[in-house]
Amino acid sequence: MATSNGPVLLDFWVSPFGQRVRIAMAEKGIEYEYKEEDLFNKSELLLNSNPVHKKVPVLIHDGKTICESLIIMEYVDEVWSGKVKLLPSDSYQRAQARFWADFSSKVYECGTRVWKLKGEKQEAAKKEMIEMLKLFEAELGNKTYFGGDTFGFVDTALIPFTSWFYTYETFGNFSIKEVTPKIGAWAKRCMERESVAKALYEPNKVYEFVCFLKKYYGIE
Amino acid sequence: MAEDELKLLGMWASPFAIRVRMMLEEKGLSYEYIEQDLLNKSELLLKHNPIHKKVPVLIHGNRDICESLVILQYIDEKWSKTGPPILPIDPYDRAIARFWAMYIDDKLLPSFIGFMKATTEEAKAEKIADTRTALELLEGAFKKCSAGKDFFGGDSIGYLDVTLGSQLGWIETAERISGAKLLDEAKVPLLVDWAKRFLTLNCAKKTLPTVEQLEKYARELQVTRWKVATAN
Repeated sequence: MATSNGPVLLDFWVSPFGQRVRIAMAEKGIEYEYKEEDLFNKSELLLNSNPVHKKVPVLIHDGKTICESLIIMEYVDEVWSGKVKLLPSDSYQRAQARFWADFSSKVYECGTRVWKLKGEKQEAAKKEMIEMLKLFEAELGNKTYFGGDTFGFVDTALIPFTSWFYTYETFGNFSIKEVTPKIGAWAKRCMERESVAKALYEPNKVYEFVCFLKKYYGIE
Repeated sequence: MAEDELKLLGMWASPFAIRVRMMLEEKGLSYEYIEQDLLNKSELLLKHNPIHKKVPVLIHGNRDICESLVILQYIDEKWSKTGPPILPIDPYDRAIARFWAMYIDDKLLPSFIGFMKATTEEAKAEKIADTRTALELLEGAFKKCSAGKDFFGGDSIGYLDVTLGSQLGWIETAERISGAKLLDEAKVPLLVDWAKRFLTLNCAKKTLPTVEQLEKYARELQVTRWKVATAN
């Protein structure tokens, strides 16, 4: 494999985990090469770079591979430690940020159950989703961002999932926006940032993708 | 409570709580340990971890820190000048340590716990196989991280040593219940040697329950909570 001068990101266009990394890189002004992966036909490069999980995103930097979106975000924050910091400098606030960023990953897992399942299990997933997002709302409070005045680690970790809300609402036949308006307002603010606007896709496109997935996996 | 007083809400059998205790021991930090009954959660636990209602919770002065791996990183940063670092210094090495810690908790632990919860022979065999696969990958991780030294952390124990070390009692319990060798010197010799070394350490001796205690507890859980066995 030819060595690259800069970092390379193996990713999949609609992956919210990949989007976390894209947003982080953009916020920190890091130049990198984006490589789109076909997750239905995984490349040698992907399989060699992430043999354990065979998933995106993967960051290739200085001949080394870093996997798992939140781990990549911490790596990027530490290596490119310039002006823009994703994590705060206070240890307790960092612990809080890590806690909430970790928790945000559960939104996707829960959301997947909402669009995949039916009946009682789907109802349970819907309830869980609302409960989780209400907790995030309480944590956000009246702040502009989860990071306070500055867009940070938790904002980066959570924002990609907001473009999946329309999909969850449609398949689950419930409203997320109405019951968690502060999250909606926060998401709008985040979308005004170039890093976020460039990384995320329109909710309709996400919905189309999930419709495709349902057909592909034979889910009613 | 004084500004820098430390308290830890834990449970004797929880590897997540045990790993934090191991690190507090290792760093020589004094703290008050408060055992929690997870079947009858205390006001204290619900107050200090309202979101997940789980152990461990580190209470530092008036601050609550939840999630074992988050707590380990907090201790690392707050007491960076006390004893050796928990996480490596180099960002790439830190990423590797974080990756394998996630793997241990997301893949290894659910495999051997899953075995103990399994009802069919097929499911049991699958979980045993998964546990062995996970340990084989961790053998490779140990080789890379230790770079020929005694521990994942090198000369002294670190993040991965306590993350995996806190599960050693449970792994042996799964071996006893299944009759299958998991930490098999033929398959994972480096890990077997590492485990022997780790178990001689003070932090391990002071915090790990005996395998007898864990086996009794696991068999009770199989009957009462997981409903995969009947009482004798």
